[in-house]
Amino acid sequence: MLDDDRLAHLRAVADLPDLTGTRYRLIRRLGRGGMATVYLIEDTSLGREAALKVLSDPDPSGDLAARLVAEARLLAGLEHPNLAPVHDVGTLPDGRVFYVMKYVRGARLDAWVATAPDRPALLRLFVKVCDAVAFAHAHGVMHRDLKPQNIMVGEFGEALVMDWGVAKRIGDPGTPAPQRARSTTSGGGEAVPDGGDAAGGRPAATRPGSIIGTPAWMAPEQARGEVDGIDARTDVYALGAILYWLLAGRAPFEPGPGEETLLRILEQSPPALRSIDPSIPRPLAAIVARAMAKPPADRYRGAGEMSADVLRFLDGAAVEAYAESIFERGLRVFARVRTLAALIAAYIVMRVIVLWLTGR
Amino acid sequence: MSKPVLGLLLGAVLGLLDGASAYLYPYQDVKEQIIGIMIGSMFKGLLTGLATGYFATRLKSLPLGMLVGLAIGCLLSWGVVAMQPPGHQYYVEIMIPGSLLGVVVGYATWRFGRGPRAATTARA
Repeated sequence: MLDDDRLAHLRAVADLPDLTGTRYRLIRRLGRGGMATVYLIEDTSLGREAALKVLSDPDPSGDLAARLVAEARLLAGLEHPNLAPVHDVGTLPDGRVFYVMKYVRGARLDAWVATAPDRPALLRLFVKVCDAVAFAHAHGVMHRDLKPQNIMVGEFGEALVMDWGVAKRIGDPGTPAPQRARSTTSGGGEAVPDGGDAAGGRPAATRPGSIIGTPAWMAPEQARGEVDGIDARTDVYALGAILYWLLAGRAPFEPGPGEETLLRILEQSPPALRSIDPSIPRPLAAIVARAMAKPPADRYRGAGEMSADVLRFLDGAAVEAYAESIFERGLRVFARVRTLAALIAAYIVMRVIVLWLTGR
Repeated sequence: MSKPVLGLLLGAVLGLLDGASAYLYPYQDVKEQIIGIMIGSMFKGLLTGLATGYFATRLKSLPLGMLVGLAIGCLLSWGVVAMQPPGHQYYVEIMIPGSLLGVVVGYATWRFGRGPRAATTARA
């Protein structure tokens, strides 16, 4: 008789990808998602480490394989410094479809935040994430599952937006997206299955009435399953939720049981940022509020617009999302030029001293 | 506004004001030549601004930009003093304001001037 531990071990070994005859050597498992598992491998031809993403479960219909290939092709078409490049795609000797991408050395955003970077550092990193998403939007691709667990921070502070498994190309109803039985990572709440058509035919992840994403981070239109209503502003909402989390240290809607999180997203507003942390500047809170507006029409039109507003805040300029008072404007302008004002004051003081010395 | 242009304008304006402030000194020869001093000071500020702005485009450090401004301001002010006839060489009165003016211009050009645009040429 095999005990449970040995059985589990045998199952784990049987799940390992068969890399026989390939140029890859398995090193270890990195993580498992709803439909695929990611392994750290060595590309023996190039002598470098890479990440191999392979289907986790049997796929008799071929739907999941098609989706994985589609994800690889979609990602390969998005060449950007903040997106992990795809190196290879194919089928393993065991028949499972895989693709190989850059192995990102670093930490997930939630782990990186635990190192307590200051607010400007958080915002600068957030701008990089926005830039990657804006790049994808410019190429007609929406991520649809943005959350801290899908963002990696590299060793040199670079941000990489990962897991484009449920991404959708605008105007492409047949864009494959994997069925998600569970979230790829913990901490973000359970993802809801997208209602994919496992029986065959065209992948149904984008079918009307389906829900795609991770509840704690999804936009109201996503929570309602309005696939046709999803556009770049849906990703903007998730970016707003990520910025909220970066600033407040908690998600706007904490994951709850069942559909409770979805109901909260639809019916409630998240706690005001400044009620959680009064030190958060009002313009920054306004940026988050605009990005997370319930009606998509009230949000930024794209990640690029949001990124520009965050950059304006970082530069000490007025942000579009916040109508400041004359007093606030004066304070902001003074804060921006205070060093210059101090230098000019120093010059005047020096002039007075020299005049006084020469006049004695 | 680009850093050299901002430096040029700021240097000229501050140089003019710096020269005008010389009128407050209790020296009769200075009061008599105030127009010439203002023009000379403006030209000195203009050169300081231009040079500081040029270096600001190449420096990645604000303190270094201010230090360069200080050095250029100090050097040009020294040049102005050295050109004066003996008995009229006001080192303290000219070099200290000139140097501080360089620091101000160095800071302002680095902080508020626009850097060179990144190359966006696509390669086939």
